[in-house]
Amino acid sequence: MTGQAQDIAGGMAAYNFAYLDEQTKRMIRRAILKGIAIPGYQVPFASREMPMPYGWGTGGVQVTASIIGRDDTLKVIDQGADDTTNAVSIRAFFQKVADVAVTTRTREASVIQTRHRIPEEPLTASQVLVYQVPIPEPLRFLEPRETETRKMHALEEYGLMHVKLYEDIARHGHIATTYAYPVLVDDRYVMDPSPTPKFDNPKMDMCEALQLFGAGREKRIYAIPPYTRVVSLDFEDHPFEVQRFEEPCALCAARDVYLDEVILDDKGGRMFVCSDTDHCEERRAAGHRGHLAAEEAYATTEAAQ
Amino acid sequence: MTHAAQSAASMSAVCVEGGFADPVIEAQVAFRALMDAMARPGSLCDLPGSLAPPAPLPEGLAAIALTLCDPDTPVWLASVYDTPEVRGWLAFHCACPLVVEPAQSAFAFAPAGAECPPLTAFNSGTQEYPDRSTTLLLAVEALTGGAPLHLEGPGIRSRETLAAVGLPEGFVAERAENRALFPRGGDLLLVAGLKVCALPRTTRVTAASAGMSTDEGAE
Repeated sequence: MTGQAQDIAGGMAAYNFAYLDEQTKRMIRRAILKGIAIPGYQVPFASREMPMPYGWGTGGVQVTASIIGRDDTLKVIDQGADDTTNAVSIRAFFQKVADVAVTTRTREASVIQTRHRIPEEPLTASQVLVYQVPIPEPLRFLEPRETETRKMHALEEYGLMHVKLYEDIARHGHIATTYAYPVLVDDRYVMDPSPTPKFDNPKMDMCEALQLFGAGREKRIYAIPPYTRVVSLDFEDHPFEVQRFEEPCALCAARDVYLDEVILDDKGGRMFVCSDTDHCEERRAAGHRGHLAAEEAYATTEAAQ
Repeated sequence: MTHAAQSAASMSAVCVEGGFADPVIEAQVAFRALMDAMARPGSLCDLPGSLAPPAPLPEGLAAIALTLCDPDTPVWLASVYDTPEVRGWLAFHCACPLVVEPAQSAFAFAPAGAECPPLTAFNSGTQEYPDRSTTLLLAVEALTGGAPLHLEGPGIRSRETLAAVGLPEGFVAERAENRALFPRGGDLLLVAGLKVCALPRTTRVTAASAGMSTDEGAE
């Protein structure tokens, strides 16, 4: 271990609790309170450089660092998984700078930072869900100028978004947007739910937990308070629908969950498994078995040979 | 020591002492209380209580000041709080600029009653930047035991009841006017002792007697 690494690992004095300095935390905390007071509105904030690159969750990390306390238990997921690079490194970051308890169990966590999924298990009133957001402005790809999109939000002028969804129907026969599907929050602001699959949109509606969104590069924070109406935009003759999967999870046999496709070989072999690893593990621990969940038996046979 | 020097020394002691014992941790605890309060209007949340601000600044308002105010936030003080001791204490602990016009403030500190200007006197933000509105911290006598008000809106499952004592006259009508400005509007934190209750601009406030029968209050 180099001297510098030792300093960071052993000398907590080098950093404030939860990494950020107190004035930065106050600035972010004020933005969070205004975000909660104006559901779906993007509050500008003075995003800081973080010890990780943009695109790795600097917005979510700053929000988490500003709310987290000694009594919190943190869970971090990346595309539903607790064990991918982004999730592991952010979890390790907060263990180091805030010395907080961490977990992979959804129900044990008080703060859950997420990249692009909402856990399958319903969230409770004692939890806060923090989203990492790359592009917070839902109108950005339709109108590149910030001055114009700000005016459109001010005037509640969202016709352009409906035209975009209509063009989807004209071109593809259905609304082809499958992730970052725009929502209307509390009947006022059109909001980008971050690139979660649209499968998760219904979970945002009247959610018991507070939902906070942080976009580090774009310097925006927004929020959905608990018990707030969140409606996915649609048309009467083309109502909003979530993805459906034909087969259950290959490991835990769960249906009505979001599945990832895993390529198995170069002959077209593939399997579908839960994207939420905690949900899948808990189901397997409870005895649920999918059609490809025979690994233990297979491994035992292999070891015996 | 001369009399003048003595009083200057005690003045500076009043200004310097009485902050959070553990500023980083207690500010976090206080913020989580404020965040929970703002996310669930009508719920009563507990602020940490290790402060000793100079009179007449109430302890609850002082805890919020230390949690949220700093050189970036212009603060307006109602005249009853505007004493040399309170000014000095806020200057030392928050370094927040004090403003004369309520409309210029990011945070305003007032006791409920005649001391508090009408809510329309504060900044309600702009249509483009509704977040630039004043957050009013209003000290009330108590947050329970008063005439019940019904609260509805984001953060509330169906309906909450707030029974604060000492709310200003015409409060319900003022909140309705404020609600009509949405997305502009002021956000309100009601503070009694170390209890805080938030009424963000989204909350619809109605007098309980005007609507349904009283059995709703038991919920």
